[in-house]
Order: sequence, then structure tokens, then C-alpha cells
Amino acid sequence: MMFKKAAIAAATVAASMGALLGAPAAQAQEQFQPLLVYRTGQFAPLGIPWADGKQDYLKLVNARGGINGVKIAFEECETAYDTAKGVECYERLKGRAGGTASFDTQSTGITFAVSDKAPGDKATIVTAGYGLSQSADGRVFEWNFPLLGTYWTGADSMIQDILKKEKGSLKGKKIALVYHDSPYGKEPIPLLEKRAAKEGFELLKLPVTAPGVEQKSTWLQVRQQRPDYVLLWSAGVMTPTALREAQATGYAREKMYGIWWAGSDHDVKDIGAGAKGYNVVTIHNTAEHDKVHEEVKAQLYDKGQGAAKDAKELGAMAHTRGMVISMLQVEAIRAAQEKYGKGKVMTSEQVRWGLENLNLTQERLNELGFGKILKPVKTSCDNHMGTDWSRIAQWDGGQWKVVSDWYQGDKALIDPLVKEYGEKYAKEKNLKVRSCN
Amino acid sequence: MFYRENGQFKTSYAADQQIFAVTQDRIAIWLLLAVAFLVVPFVASNYVFQAILIPLLIMSLGALGLNILVGYCGQISLGTAAFMAVGAYAAYNLQARFEGMPLLLALIGGGLVAMVFGVVFGLPSLRIRGLYLAVATLAAQFFVDWLTTRADWVTNNSSSGSVSAKALAIAGWQIDTPMEKYLLCLGILCLIGLAAKNLVRSSVGREWMAMRDMDVAAAVIGIRPVYAKLSAFAVSSFIVGIAGALWGFVHLGAWEPAAFSLDRSLQLLFMIIIGGLGSIMGSIFGAAFFILLPLLLNQVPHWLGLPISTATATYLEHMIFGVLIVFFLIVEPHGLAKLWSTARQKLRVWPFPH
Repeated sequence: MMFKKAAIAAATVAASMGALLGAPAAQAQEQFQPLLVYRTGQFAPLGIPWADGKQDYLKLVNARGGINGVKIAFEECETAYDTAKGVECYERLKGRAGGTASFDTQSTGITFAVSDKAPGDKATIVTAGYGLSQSADGRVFEWNFPLLGTYWTGADSMIQDILKKEKGSLKGKKIALVYHDSPYGKEPIPLLEKRAAKEGFELLKLPVTAPGVEQKSTWLQVRQQRPDYVLLWSAGVMTPTALREAQATGYAREKMYGIWWAGSDHDVKDIGAGAKGYNVVTIHNTAEHDKVHEEVKAQLYDKGQGAAKDAKELGAMAHTRGMVISMLQVEAIRAAQEKYGKGKVMTSEQVRWGLENLNLTQERLNELGFGKILKPVKTSCDNHMGTDWSRIAQWDGGQWKVVSDWYQGDKALIDPLVKEYGEKYAKEKNLKVRSCN
Repeated sequence: MFYRENGQFKTSYAADQQIFAVTQDRIAIWLLLAVAFLVVPFVASNYVFQAILIPLLIMSLGALGLNILVGYCGQISLGTAAFMAVGAYAAYNLQARFEGMPLLLALIGGGLVAMVFGVVFGLPSLRIRGLYLAVATLAAQFFVDWLTTRADWVTNNSSSGSVSAKALAIAGWQIDTPMEKYLLCLGILCLIGLAAKNLVRSSVGREWMAMRDMDVAAAVIGIRPVYAKLSAFAVSSFIVGIAGALWGFVHLGAWEPAAFSLDRSLQLLFMIIIGGLGSIMGSIFGAAFFILLPLLLNQVPHWLGLPISTATATYLEHMIFGVLIVFFLIVEPHGLAKLWSTARQKLRVWPFPH
């Protein structure tokens, strides 16, 4: 009896092993777009609208007839924000037939791990608004594209807004950085330290252990030290917790600035009026609604084909950011097709060329329905970030209101830092810095 | 029938005491090694190497190390990932701070530092036992979590707290393809596996098992608890440290402290419980169960073409996996290794079970 069971078990395992090893069937004439997502785990509140946004836009492109006739095939892989799982997803999806377009890993940790492997695999990593800030240096990071902005440009924009409020001087002020204690949260520190030295303010670094549900001691420190402003580098469940703690501590929400991942509707909706005044820096102008939202609603949600449960999620900042990221990836494929042949499936290398030669003019953005959300973006061989812009949006208790003008990271501060850290990385890894002339 | 031992006479002590006493076993293991070293490198795809085989080999090594401590010596540890992290960060520091440090030396160095760390955190085991010891080892986990995120020197002042390994090379052998990485891990696992198997068959191993079965009785017959327990901690942490260094260097390439979180510790502990406590083979079975099954479960909806969402698939995977763990523990509390030895016994006597 026992033997029989064991035999059956062994046979099942053997059969499923065979299936596991077998390669998935190839699909011709479809451009494959891998989607690394986290719909479970500590960051799920952020990950779900983000993933839905990415998928919605790809569906919209297919509904519009594809990229010059090439439809996009996509597959989601769940990472749960876990690096090891993310690496598995990357390995699983990178070799899909027809060439994978580009990876949006949705995680700084996964970006670190796959950036190492990308040049060997010829895989392109797009990290719009996250990842390694120094990867904007295209001479060192040939395969990485931190499009639209990095944590350094985001942090710089926050400081610029604060400077404006303080009438140009931060001498003797205290600014606290309350951050998720992970590579994600630590990224802005080098830039903020530079800024602190330049402007003469004191930077308090207050780490919060992941996942960030326990922040009592951090906010006790805030209460003792009384910083003039608090910069919040949080994500997922950490953001609403921080806002509630600020409320309990009596810290003015008007003095709090969240990075874009800490600012979407799900972060503040449940707190409502308690989060009133909370500022968040938006990547370009992602708090805005535009034609693309109407189109997604008409083409997908009204027909019951949207990725999210209902159309209410549409227009949430995290969802819009997802759509923007997909749009950039799709436009890179389109740019590659212009060079390598319209209506063809592009290889990963060709998509990389497309990302490096992206030129989204205002007319083009208007055409795509992103005219109000983005400003023109242009990348080049040595500038893989393109053009960074940001604005500050404020929660008024019911919705986000854009309250500031456009900001751009201070090049005089950020560029040397990008160069310094990029070259340090190249030296550690024995990489050859390519020439862009 | 399949295991006809008739006619296999042992004429020397050496023949009687070898690891695989039955000729068929010896042939099987040589065949297995030949396939692993000579066939797999040429047939497996990069995905199989990177996502299945390499993590499987490294986790097997980690489970093996933990099994020496928990399965053979009976000291429960919840700090395995901490020992892995110490191995990984020590190896990283050796490479980052000493120009031209060879990979093997860095790995061994990582193992040695983890060993020292393991012995230090093993000291409480002399006074406390069982669940209380588990809590004490949990302290190691939290200590290392704290150290790796807060102490800058551990990450060589990396601005983000994330570190990455240099290019892998051993004496001119550039290890950059997945196949070569697989061979490196396989080689290390085989060497350490062989050493561990011999260690547990030696007097040291018997001391560990005596300690596990009843420490008072063991002390009465002249086994020094200090020596037995701390040597188990040392050997176990050394192996786990090397596994951690490989996990960082070979599998992830770049990692952050979260790669060695408490989850990893628990996962390793479950691996050896499922695989079989006190069995070298069981460690490998357990690792295979934990690496392969979630991947399989994750893929099943795709093959069947079921239109379920990614999140649902993930939750289903967790649920089915949990149920399977419970199922296996009920059917065979001694783990997959026991299942295997039962099957083997059946094969031996088949078709005349009596």
C-alpha cells in the first residue's frame, strides 16, 4: 500500500518535473512584455494599482491595434517584493520567444540583483522613478533606464519646494528623513547630505524597520527633535501608519513631504481629513487626469475588460504611474521599430536602442493622451533618465490638488553625484565605461 | 529483487563501513553524479540553472548545515538566515577590502567568520535547551538584521545598504555562465556533503547524536557537552555560512539585508523537518520540496490555461503548499528521507515481502 503510494507520488513528481523543464510554446508576431508585479505581501496596496495601470495601458495599445500592427503579449509574475522571487521571475520571463521588451521590476532590491545580470542576458531594465539613482549614467549602465526621475531628483524637488516656502534660506533648520530601512529608503541620503551641506540645514535620519507598522519610537524622536519638515520615504503600509502617527503626535501634515511611492489615493483615503495637508512629490504631473484615462475607460472598463475591479481605481496616482511606465516601454518599442523595421517584433537589444533614443515631443504626448501628465522626454546615450520634472500635490481631505509649479532636479548637484557613484560602481565591477561621443 | 544483496560478502572492515554498503546503491550514486556533472550541464536551459538548480543546490547546502545542528545534535535554531548573512557579508568584505582575494578563500573565510559567530551564539545552548534555545538563536537573527542595516562598515559604506559581488573566478576559471555557476555550487555541495556524511558517521557525529537523544546520559558516559554542542554549532554555522555566501555571490549577485530575513530561517527549518531530521539526504529532499513545489504550483494555472488573476494564483499556491506540508507531516512524520528509505526497503524485498 505504502509502496503504491510512493510510486504514484514519484510518478507525479517525475511527470510534473518534465513539464517544468519544458519550454513554453513560442508565439509569433507578438511582442512579449514581461510584467513583474506584487499583488501580495507588504507592498500590495501600492503594487496592485501599479500593476493594473501597466496592464491597462498594454490592453489599450492592443485595442488601438498594437504597435504598427504588432500586438503585445504580456504575462504577470508575482514577486511579493522578494528579491529571490523576483530573480526567478526575471529568469522565467527573459527568454520568452520573440524577445522580451523591457523589465519594470517595481522594486529597488530586484533592480540591484538583475542589473548585475542584465548586460550578460541583454535584458533591458526600466526603473521609472526608482532603482539606482546613479544608473542615469548611460555610459556605465548600458541596460538600465531610470526614466523620468530618480530618488535624487525627487528629493531635490522637495528641498526646492521647502526653500520656496522658507523664502530661500534653510540655515539652522532641521529636516528629518523618515525612511523605510532598505535600499529603497536609503537612496536619497547622499543627495540630501549634499543639499544639507549647501543650504546649511541639519538632516536627521530616522529609519523605520520594514514593513513599517511599528513607528512609535520614530515619531517619539520627531516629537523630541521637532524637525521643521519631515520627508517621508515610505511605501505600502508604512505610509498610512506614518500619517496616523503624525496625527497622533500632532505633527503638522503640511510640513510632511512624501516621495511619489508614498503618495497615492490608497495611502490617504482611509485617513481622509486626518491626512489633510500632506504633500507628495509627483513624478512629472501624475496627479493630473488626461485623455488616456477617458480612453481606457471607454475601451476597457465600459466593456468589462479593465485590469482593476472597477473604474474607480482609474486616475489613482499609482495607477496613472503604471500607465506612464507602460507607455514609455511601448514608445521605446515604437522608436525601435522606426529604425529596425515597422511591424516587426523587436529584440531586447533593439528595444534598448529605442529607450536610448526616446524622443517624446509635446505633440506626440498630446496624441497619446498624456499631454497634461508628462512634459517632453528625451533620452540619450549618456543620459538614461531623460528629462526629470516633478510637482507637489497636496491632499485636501478628499482628493489630490497640484499646488506647486514644475521643479527640476538641480543639475549642478545631481550630475556630479551620478558621475561619482556611477564610476565607483564601474570600478567595483571592473566595467568598461563606454564612450558616448 | 531490485536490491539483490545475495552474494555481496564483506571481507574487510573498510568494505563493511563504507557509506554505500550495497553495490546497487554505489552504482546509482555514481550514475547520479555522472548525470549531474556530465549530462545536466549540456541539456538544462538557463532558466533551469538559474531559477531551479542553483537555488536548489545552495538551499540544500544550507539545510544540510542546519540539519547537523538540529537533526543530529538536537539544538533547535531559528537563526540560520543570520548565519547565512554573516557568511555572505564576511565573504563580501573579504573581497571588497583585499584586492585580488580569490573567490574560494573568500567563501571559506565567510564560512569561518560564520563559524565563530555560530559558536558565540551557541554558548547559551550549554545552559538552555529546546524552545528556550530557539528563542536565544532568534536573538542572533535580530542582531544580524540590525547589524546589516545599521552598521555602515558591514556593507563597505554602500550608500543604499545593498552590496554586490565581484565577478566570480577561480584560478583563471571565469565563472559567468549559469552552467559554470551550477558546476561550482554542485562541486561545493558534493565536497561538503561527503565531509558531513563522514563526520556524522565518526565519533564526533556519535557524540552529537548522543547529546540529541539524552544529554544527561551522554554526559554520564563521558561525552563533554561543551565540546559536543559547540562543535555542532561550529560545523553547522560553517556550512550555513558558505551557503549564505553562495546565495549572495552566485544566486542573487547583489543583495540587501532582507535577503536573509527571519522568513529564510523558518524556511530552512521547515525544509529539514519535511526532508527528514538527522539525514543528509533528507536535507536535499527538503530543499527540493521547498524550491520546486511553489514553482510548480505557480505554473499549474498557466498550463491549464485558467484565467485566474496573479494574486489569486499566489494565494492558491500558498494554500496548497501549506496543505501539502501538513499532509506530508501526517503521512510521514519522519520526513521525505524516511519515505525514501521505506520505498527502498520495499524494493529490496519485492516481490516477497516476508
